Amino acid sequence: MPTLSSRYLGLDLAHPVIASASPLSASFDGMRRLEDAGAAGVVMASLYEEQVRFEDTRYATMTEYVAGSNAEAATYFPELPDYRHGASGHIETLRRAADALDIPVIASLNGISDDGWLDLAVELEQAGAAALELNICLVPTDFRITGADIEQRYLDIVRHVKSRIALPVSVKLPPFFAALGNLVEKLQAAGADGVVLFNSIPRTEIDLDAFGVARSAALSSAGDIHLPLLWTTLLSGCVRLSLAAGGGVDGHADVARLLLAGADVVATTSALLRHGPAHLTALVEGLDGWLAENGFQSVAEIRGRLDAAHCGRPDMSMHSEYARARMLADFAFLDSARTAGS
Amino acid sequence: MTPKTVVVAGNTAAAHIAYRTDEVCAIYPIAPSCPMAELADAWAAEGIRNIWGQIPVVQQMESEAGAAGALHGSLQGGALTTTFTASQGFLLMLPNMYKIAGELNSCVFHVAARAVATNALSIFGDHSDVMSARMTGFGLLAASSVQEAHDLALVARAATLEGRIPLIFFFDGFRTSHEENTVTLIPDEQIRAMIDDELVRAHRARALSPEHPVLRGTAHNPDTYFQAREAAHPFYEKMPGIVQKAMDRLATLTSRQYRLFRYSGHPEAERVVVAIGSAIEVLDETAAWLGANAGEKVGVLQVILYRPWDGDAFLAALPKTTKAIAVLDRTKESGSPGEPLYLDVLSTFAAAFSRGRIAAMPMVVGGRYGIASKDFDPAMAKAVFDELKKPQPRNGFTVGIEDDVSHTSLAVERGFDIESADSVRALFYGLGADGTVGANQNSTKILASEPGRYAQGYFVYDSKKSGSYTISHLRFGPKPIRAPYLLKAANFIGVHKFDFLFKFDALAPALPGATVLLNSPYNAAEVWDQLPREAQQQIVDRRLRLFVIDASKVAYSLGLGSRTNTILQTCFFALSGVLPRAQAIAAIKAETERTYARKGKEVVKKNFEAIDEALANLFEVKLPAKVTSTLRRRSLADGAVPAFVRDVVDPILTLRGDEVPVSAFPVDGTYPTGTTKYEKRNIAEQVPVWDPDLCIQCGQCSIVCPHSVIRAKTFAANGADGAPAEFKSAPINARGYPDSRYTLQIYVEDCTGCGVCVENCPSHSPVDAAIRAINMKPRLEQIEAGRKSIAHFEALPWADRSRVNFANVRGVQFLQPLFEFPGACAGCGEAPYLKLLSQLFGDRLQIANATGCSSIYGANLPTTPWTKNAQGRGPAWSNSLFEDNAEFGLGYRLAIDRQTELARSLARKLAPQLGEDLVRALLEAPQVTESDFEVQRRRVAELKAKLAAVSGDDAANLLALADFFVRRSVWCVGGDGWAYDIGYGGLDHVLASGQDINILVLDTEVYSNTGGQASKATPLGASAKFAAAGKRSPRKDLAMMAIAYGNVYVAQVAMGANSEHTLIAMREAEAHHGPSIVLAYSQCIAHGIDMRFGMKQAARATASGTWPLFRFDPGMRQRGMNPFRLDSPRPRIPLEEYRKNEVRFNALALTHPTEARHMLSQAQLALEEKYRNYEDLAARDGSRFLPHWEDI
Repeated sequence: MPTLSSRYLGLDLAHPVIASASPLSASFDGMRRLEDAGAAGVVMASLYEEQVRFEDTRYATMTEYVAGSNAEAATYFPELPDYRHGASGHIETLRRAADALDIPVIASLNGISDDGWLDLAVELEQAGAAALELNICLVPTDFRITGADIEQRYLDIVRHVKSRIALPVSVKLPPFFAALGNLVEKLQAAGADGVVLFNSIPRTEIDLDAFGVARSAALSSAGDIHLPLLWTTLLSGCVRLSLAAGGGVDGHADVARLLLAGADVVATTSALLRHGPAHLTALVEGLDGWLAENGFQSVAEIRGRLDAAHCGRPDMSMHSEYARARMLADFAFLDSARTAGS
Repeated sequence: MTPKTVVVAGNTAAAHIAYRTDEVCAIYPIAPSCPMAELADAWAAEGIRNIWGQIPVVQQMESEAGAAGALHGSLQGGALTTTFTASQGFLLMLPNMYKIAGELNSCVFHVAARAVATNALSIFGDHSDVMSARMTGFGLLAASSVQEAHDLALVARAATLEGRIPLIFFFDGFRTSHEENTVTLIPDEQIRAMIDDELVRAHRARALSPEHPVLRGTAHNPDTYFQAREAAHPFYEKMPGIVQKAMDRLATLTSRQYRLFRYSGHPEAERVVVAIGSAIEVLDETAAWLGANAGEKVGVLQVILYRPWDGDAFLAALPKTTKAIAVLDRTKESGSPGEPLYLDVLSTFAAAFSRGRIAAMPMVVGGRYGIASKDFDPAMAKAVFDELKKPQPRNGFTVGIEDDVSHTSLAVERGFDIESADSVRALFYGLGADGTVGANQNSTKILASEPGRYAQGYFVYDSKKSGSYTISHLRFGPKPIRAPYLLKAANFIGVHKFDFLFKFDALAPALPGATVLLNSPYNAAEVWDQLPREAQQQIVDRRLRLFVIDASKVAYSLGLGSRTNTILQTCFFALSGVLPRAQAIAAIKAETERTYARKGKEVVKKNFEAIDEALANLFEVKLPAKVTSTLRRRSLADGAVPAFVRDVVDPILTLRGDEVPVSAFPVDGTYPTGTTKYEKRNIAEQVPVWDPDLCIQCGQCSIVCPHSVIRAKTFAANGADGAPAEFKSAPINARGYPDSRYTLQIYVEDCTGCGVCVENCPSHSPVDAAIRAINMKPRLEQIEAGRKSIAHFEALPWADRSRVNFANVRGVQFLQPLFEFPGACAGCGEAPYLKLLSQLFGDRLQIANATGCSSIYGANLPTTPWTKNAQGRGPAWSNSLFEDNAEFGLGYRLAIDRQTELARSLARKLAPQLGEDLVRALLEAPQVTESDFEVQRRRVAELKAKLAAVSGDDAANLLALADFFVRRSVWCVGGDGWAYDIGYGGLDHVLASGQDINILVLDTEVYSNTGGQASKATPLGASAKFAAAGKRSPRKDLAMMAIAYGNVYVAQVAMGANSEHTLIAMREAEAHHGPSIVLAYSQCIAHGIDMRFGMKQAARATASGTWPLFRFDPGMRQRGMNPFRLDSPRPRIPLEEYRKNEVRFNALALTHPTEARHMLSQAQLALEEKYRNYEDLAARDGSRFLPHWEDI
């Protein structure tokens, strides 16, 4: 039996497949189900500062706007002793999950303001999160903002958060940076303990019937794995921080591909949403089988085996054709390895 | 240790002790005692423990009668038990109180004493409730201040344990229960020291136990009852001494000494006033002033222990020099030789004199004051002292009113002011939703936060539920504030809505040189010209300083909506100079953070921004030396209005209600209807504007309007002749009326701006979906156009009812609403049903209305929305109680039926004189359609005309009864608190009676009027007061319970889901010859939704299946068909889709997501199962239902 144990953000995991932030990990029961299905760790659904603000404002508005205006009824709602802000329930769920689950529960945070990032990060740490994933999503609708500004914002957030909490911190990144490798190196210098490749960008649609613009969460599909594969291969071996990769993982072969590319863990969302949490079991068992079939003794043995190992080479963008061809060849290895053993 | 000083209200002060010294609280919500029970519930939820380390249980019951029963049982079970109540609720406890006292059960009832409804209901304070308990055997102990509400609650608790006599511990409703004042809290260890655990164990030992069984509650025969009744007498003899002992023990612990009767004043006083409650502080201060400034020998005797009455202690407390005594009672006992306290004092003297213990009787007179929180101030107190100077002071006097009927009232010297110059007096006129009251409550806390500083806050509210005003009365100073009366003069006046200056004399109390802060849409340069002339005159004459800030604009820009409180509070501190500015700002921020910490950082942050922005936007107005304005303060009396509106309504609206004399009022509580239309409240920022081109004339905007401000008429084309340009109309789009036009009129000045009409309009612009056939626009731009257009609209006749299609919404929009412009909340979910009721049956409608929201916006003076048509007909309305409304309505039915029968028999008898044909037609009239009613009314008119020519008693009697030939529509209306809880027994009985009576339940699923307590209609998982962690039981299926009778028409409707269905159900219910009940989904502010979208939310309730629509019509069973029709489709959205929009559901998800999710899934399963049951019923054939009762 191959050894599946893995390490991510300093956390020891039974195997390298974790459930990433999704509606499945929003509730205690959901996280319990993911654990039962065999996840090595779970990233709780993101806490959005925007949502906290909205709930605060809504709760305050709805409870306050009718208060103090009537002799018979000073208020219309009971005091909720445990309500501190719109994140109280999220924090409470994290606390329960962290207490009850045997696997690490990684919190995920999407902030807006400096205070929001810091205060909520501290609360998530105090609630027992094993690590914190910064789900940074900046869409520069103000065109005066440069790419450098955006990168600086990422770095500032990491520095601020790291200065306040002792937890390992990973940064979930979108793929659309002009020089992602450089940014990851800077993030590492700023104190990040890991990066997650990649964030999904909400899908924009235009509804011809409603004559309006709609945005929806995007589920990745099998073909989407190439971007995380590309950047995992490029980053693996060149940076010290942990690498989580996901997006487009459908079967165990995709898990193996990302591990070969250099991922410390493989994070999956869409496949679980599509097939249900039990699909995790299939991924892990499939990986186990593949390793055994191919004569590997451990995950460690394959991790990063096919990374680009380009560190110190000239700028990759100048050699894109070369890189593409190299990678295609690398991936072809997977199939040949299946039949030929290591 | 130094005792902690806090600023709290009397209710909090008393509940603090009750909570710490009791184990069980059995309660039912009623003003003004609600906060005590709510605090106990909140403390329990927070895990605060009593002095024995336990968390007391707070058990809400179905009524106060139930609370008393549970309390009695708990006492018999050995638990330390209490209740919090007042007024009508307290009266419901009386039967049990005889039992509780008869069995010598130790307990304390905490009562925020309140008026009992007589010719009218009042939620305000007096002693008429507690005085009605004198015979129960309970003792009565009274506090006069917030501090005493705290201290004496503990004395009561300690004394009842030792003396075994249960005690009513009371203080004045609102004046003390709601007054915020500085209080020294008794530390828990001192509370602990006051309670003897040996006595607690003795109490427990007396409890019922099968281990040592005894029997209580026996029945006696004439041979023994009397003796047994006397057996407990020695306990009453001992009780005063025990109470005094507890007072002495408290004094040892706290240095605050109380006595059964506390005298203050001149040691050789000749004139003494005796009283109970908050008046004592007014009398004390006045007596001290008269002694110091006029050398008068006057004094005050406070009665603290009223029952058991200790005559010796009373006499001992009075100075021997006393020659004249006035006894003040805060209650009226009609027909009695005097009010209770007066008679007790008189009999004490008489007994002492007759036994030779005193040499002479002093002059003793009695008087009434302060009924229903009528203010009692030093000027009135002085009037009483002055009256005693007379050789023959008036007995049975009143003070505080002008009694120009029985001439009992004492003359009062207005302007008599004894307040200390070193206290700051501030008055704030706030708008209901702006948070002024909350901010001022914080201000009192800030100002009393340091040793040696004292503060008092008292808050007065309008009775409207939308666009209401609040008046905050604040005092601050270096000495304890003993002034439980309204400010008559102020150093600072905050006018938090500009329009108030036009509505009432807001600046009247301004002292010379006072500061005025005005929330103004006009800047410092513009504002002077926008002031009414009267205000300018006051500013100039009194050399007032005027400051302006556009707080509404600042609040809006910061995302605070209408909450201008923090901004204006900051301005107050900046201007009043009560604290150094920097210190004040820091204190406001600290208090803001404390207040809003639980609402989240975002809210704290916005309020901090508001504090910073306030000072930047505050400007002083450079004042001209003379008055220039041509604008005048508005008065209804300026227009052509009925005398009642001029003499009663207008003074009340302009805050001069205290000046209305007795003669202006009806002797029996009978008031004219149709008075809201004179108010023209102009409270909406935005009002709907009709677009005739886009309109499809469907009537949806009109039917959902809670305030009847959208009305439709049709008229012949020439009806537009002479119409002003502002009058809009369109060709009618119904077939067959080529020459008719349609018009939709918005009553701009009566609109609350809720926007429900706009959200319910189905007609969108093809080029811009945001534009509909009705759209919100600024009110100010619409007022003049509205006035002109309304004048023309009102001149057009209403549609002939016999030609209106009652079968659909499009048709009924043309019926005149006889319920208009209620003071209900903007977007109220109840009011549209009442308006529809008035449109359908208004001219023959007789309503029994349970106490609750609908009785407040329906009948709280000064105005009523119930009105009349051009013929003078309209709904006749009355309210009996909260708990008896169904029975009350049944009484209507019995009376109507009996008199109708008498009329029919007289008509038969007089047929030869009246004409056989006419009488037969009268007797056999079908009276189903509007044409039937129209013809019948003509017959009645003919009958009356003929009867005028017939002599004899029979003719005279028939003339008096002739109107009964028109079939009346009797409706019992009320909320779910009535129908599901307190009135359920009666409602059930009425449903079982088979009588032709209709019941409309305005089902908000919560006690709305008293502030959102859970009822049995509250759904599983909803958070409500007394169910803060989510209600754990499902909502009672009242509809199925009614259906079980078989002969009751039952409908469940939701106007927002299907207005057509509501219309049909209400008509079917009315037409059903037997009992009918309509459960009407009513969205409410207590749900925590944006009321603009309330109808949409109701639609979601139905779509989710939590509120399915159905009708059960026994008439169909009679015809062999299935009487149950399920009228809404299967659930098509998850329950969560509906619930996520409401605070009552999602607040719980924010704090306890797992439990909330669990309850949500339970509720989802429950509704699915319930829906399956309904489907099963709907799928049966008619034979599988109970036979119709008439067929049995």
